[in-house]
Amino acid sequence: MDFLRPASWEEALAAKAEHPTAVPIAGGTDVMVEINFDHRRPEYLLDLNRVGDLYEWEVGEDRVRLGASVPYTRIMEDLRAELPALALASHTVASPQIRNRGSVGGNLGTASPAGDAHPALLAAGAEVEAESVRGSRRIPVDDFYTGVKRNALAPDELIRAVHVRRADGPQQYAKVGTRNAMVIAVCAFGLALHPATRTVRTGIGSAAPTPVRATVAEDFLNAALEEGGFWDDGQAVTPSVARRFAELCAAACDPIDDVRGTAGYRRHAVGVLARRTLNWAWEEYRGARRGTEGAA
Amino acid sequence: MRVHFTVNGRPQEADDVWEGESLLYVLRERLGLPGSKNACEQGECGSCTVRLDGVPVCACLVAAGQAEGREVVTVEGLAEYAGQRSGDGPPRAGGTHSQAGEDTRLAPVQQAFVDAGAVQCGFCTPGLLVAADELLERNPMPADADIREALSGNLCRCTGYEKIMDAVRLAAARQSEGT
Ligand SMILES: Cc1cc2nc3c(=O)[nH]c(=O)nc-3n(C[C@H](O)[C@H](O)[C@H](O)COP(=O)(O)OP(=O)(O)OC[C@H]3O[C@@H](n4cnc5c(N)ncnc54)[C@H](O)[C@@H]3O)c2cc1C
Ligand code: FES
Ligand code: FES
Repeated sequence: MDFLRPASWEEALAAKAEHPTAVPIAGGTDVMVEINFDHRRPEYLLDLNRVGDLYEWEVGEDRVRLGASVPYTRIMEDLRAELPALALASHTVASPQIRNRGSVGGNLGTASPAGDAHPALLAAGAEVEAESVRGSRRIPVDDFYTGVKRNALAPDELIRAVHVRRADGPQQYAKVGTRNAMVIAVCAFGLALHPATRTVRTGIGSAAPTPVRATVAEDFLNAALEEGGFWDDGQAVTPSVARRFAELCAAACDPIDDVRGTAGYRRHAVGVLARRTLNWAWEEYRGARRGTEGAA
Repeated sequence: MRVHFTVNGRPQEADDVWEGESLLYVLRERLGLPGSKNACEQGECGSCTVRLDGVPVCACLVAAGQAEGREVVTVEGLAEYAGQRSGDGPPRAGGTHSQAGEDTRLAPVQQAFVDAGAVQCGFCTPGLLVAADELLERNPMPADADIREALSGNLCRCTGYEKIMDAVRLAAARQSEGT
């Protein structure tokens, strides 16, 4: 095994081009487990810890450019207002020690259906900035997950950053597990209200071969909210609308039975999480509306 | 490969390190610092917790090469580290070297674990101490929820955690009294 230590992004890209089989290592919270248990013996490890740019983020007017290696702890503490769903999701990852090292870039690299960043990124709206010596491209996160633990990166590409849409309304993230800390999701759900475009977006984790959006449920809800004038008068979401939304979210799942839960349980739980997160987010939206009306 | 980094304030060098080796292995097997424990090697138990440039991490999940040029604090150096932080040096009861077995000084959080009876088999203790000490550095008056959160990555199979909670509360109280 060789340990490659690029000191800059350009050097990292050059190393990856020269050794496309090299395994990048950022926080190491996935890679080291595989090496410790002999599940993986890469020819080259490509250490990204010395590439400082990957630990930086920039808050733009309508997007946050999040460096690939920014650890979850920073997202939880410093980007709560801009990226609420991702901050909530980050807080559910493992433990403080893991959150101090683990990153969204690593979560995307692993592309596990259970990765907690994914539903939040899908709901918020995000693009993955992938780069190689051949050039740079932006991959919409919806197209990034291509199969169980597979992603759209080419062998010579690295993730440089994730561009996440800044929240323009309330966002929620909820996860089902057997305890609060150190739990891989049985299933998870991210939801973002986008009052600026009067749309709701979703992300489902651990209930299909890849993280997915519940697009049929979104279309139904968007139409129901628009037709009922809900965005304008800030009335509570009708229970029948919430129920139908939950059913359609459950129907968007394609889960399996495994040690963490059965397919049937997952489908049911996703419906429950969908209804709850919608109600939480919508109540926050109504509260904020009342607040601004009161001030006017 | 050869790896250089600072451990408990002293420059260290490890030779013939295998590229896939963890920082934990290097500390324990190459540098003679067995304080950080190896239990799960998968980030689940926290018994290998060390500070890497000040940040608590699982040493079993840091590749040795990633520690190159960085500062590591292990439980062996905790008394000295806590002493430097408080500015008045650690309480002295023995030698001055932070090597295994040579140092009998205790950090306040270590003394609190002893006094509160928070140590049974002791296997989880080094990791808990490093995590608890970092909490008290960051948050001198933690609420119970803060303590639980800070220690949520550390498993203990013996104590049922209540005595550990007592120990951290005790260390915080003593710290705020300045004793
Ligand atoms: C005890 C434990 C509990 C965990 N709990 C959770 C949990 O609750 N939720 C969750 O989502 N995950 C969990 N994980 C998994 C892991 O922490 C996350 O997937 C984390 O986001 C990985 O980030 P990392 O920086 O450590 O990645 P690494 O381990 O460094 O890398 C992961 C993968 O991404 C690739 N990669 C890393 N950076 C890049 C890049 N810039 N470009 C291209 N590829 C890259 C690597 O080659 C590797 O394939 C847990 C892990 C452990 C050990
Ligand atoms: S040995 Fe590192 S977390 Fe268990
Ligand atoms: S005292 Fe035995 S594991 Fe904690």
